[in-house]
Amino acid sequence: MSALLEVDTACKRFGGVVAVDECSFTVEEGTITGLIGPNGSGKTTVFNLVTGYLPADSGQIRFAGRAERRPDPTRLARRGLIRTFQQARVFPNLTVLENLALAVPHSMLGAVRARISPAERIHGEELLADFNLTAHATTLAAELSFGQRKLLEFAATLMGRPRLVLLDEPAAGVNPVLIETIERHIRRLNADGLTFLVVEHDMPLVMRLCEPVIVLDRGRKIAEGAAADLQRDQRVLDAYLGD
Amino acid sequence: MRIELKDVVAGYGFGDVLRGLNLVAEPGEITCLIGPNGAGKSTVLRAVSGLLRPRQGSIHLGDTEITGESPRRLLSLGIVHVPQERSLFPLMTVWENLTLGGYVNRDRKAVRRRAEELAERFPLIAERRRERAGSLSGGEQKTVEIARALMLDPKVLLIDEPSIGLAPKARSEVFATLSSLSGGGWTILLVEQNARSGLAVAQQGAVLDGGVVKHTGPGSKLLEDPEVGRLYLGAGRNVAPARVS
Repeated sequence: MSALLEVDTACKRFGGVVAVDECSFTVEEGTITGLIGPNGSGKTTVFNLVTGYLPADSGQIRFAGRAERRPDPTRLARRGLIRTFQQARVFPNLTVLENLALAVPHSMLGAVRARISPAERIHGEELLADFNLTAHATTLAAELSFGQRKLLEFAATLMGRPRLVLLDEPAAGVNPVLIETIERHIRRLNADGLTFLVVEHDMPLVMRLCEPVIVLDRGRKIAEGAAADLQRDQRVLDAYLGD
Repeated sequence: MRIELKDVVAGYGFGDVLRGLNLVAEPGEITCLIGPNGAGKSTVLRAVSGLLRPRQGSIHLGDTEITGESPRRLLSLGIVHVPQERSLFPLMTVWENLTLGGYVNRDRKAVRRRAEELAERFPLIAERRRERAGSLSGGEQKTVEIARALMLDPKVLLIDEPSIGLAPKARSEVFATLSSLSGGGWTILLVEQNARSGLAVAQQGAVLDGGVVKHTGPGSKLLEDPEVGRLYLGAGRNVAPARVS
């Protein structure tokens, strides 16, 4: 295995608050790596640094062997790095199906022509069926519930052909039965070679899905290893899991 | 006081989310609403608190019909809504956030008195009163939000997914807070996607699907119901158990 993503001594401050503090870790290609930690430990900020939504104050990010001096979300997405958000970001005034169609990677010209192939359309319809969204195919995304928007956003990431997907709390606000659907998709895509970095508080899901798991606290990596081992690690118990 | 929804139809845009929903929540009990995404759980809360006007049907608080009343009027009748999103003002102190819950009460002395009572009930508030709310952990913030909802001494509490996005430790704190409210005389409608933990702290449960109530019963019964388990709770492996004190 080789490192697909390398974060090297990344730092990010917001005023006097150090959100990410000389944080270093790697995500090996082909893994489903978990990233856990208490609320406010810097997980989402790390996602923002890696994907270029925020500039790091210092440190280095490498994706697929190339150092990203100024990571740019659009460029990285074209190179295969896709993310989701805690509060799902969808186009509210487009229908569910239109949201999926827009997620198909195009050249700029292709996006303007907005053509999707029959195969992509079938793929989109299958995803809608999997996530109980078929009846909402022509519904505006604004009319979906919080959980349904998360499912739509997750389905949209599957329309592309990414190499690394960063999932920010994919199970939060999602019905337990559909969490299993999400899990099944992640496993299938991982078996096809897709790498995942997953921020998630649903520990049983992390236990089943992720290997290795990285633990952040106060912006730093405090532990890394198999989920089962981390559950016995006193630092992790103190910072995150509780007694 | 008892909340009763009869044949309620409500929705957004052209679509109906609630399609003739019937539900009763009794005082002194937590009634937990569970169900698939888009089933209408949050919409029930919005209809009861007046944020969404039902298209048909009726909602009663005790013997009083409250269908279509404004949120302000419903607040004065004792219905308080704790939304899903974090809603504290992060740069204000814990105490300032708490007393804002009594904003509509002009008797400032009564507001202070009530805040002191709540500080006794929730030690976290007494300990951290001068700290900025944004410096609290997610679970602590949710506890302050729930305390703030109690400032006007409400009769009905509507709590929407209080554990969403919280780390396991913080989630346990929130379920412990909810559990401590049980039996306090409030009528509590709780929406919780973390369905097993929600049902575990609730006296009653209701399973919503497609905008109607499909099953009702004591929380513990629904947890044991194999059909409810298969269709709505998952295989039972994927929800962290709440540590309820």
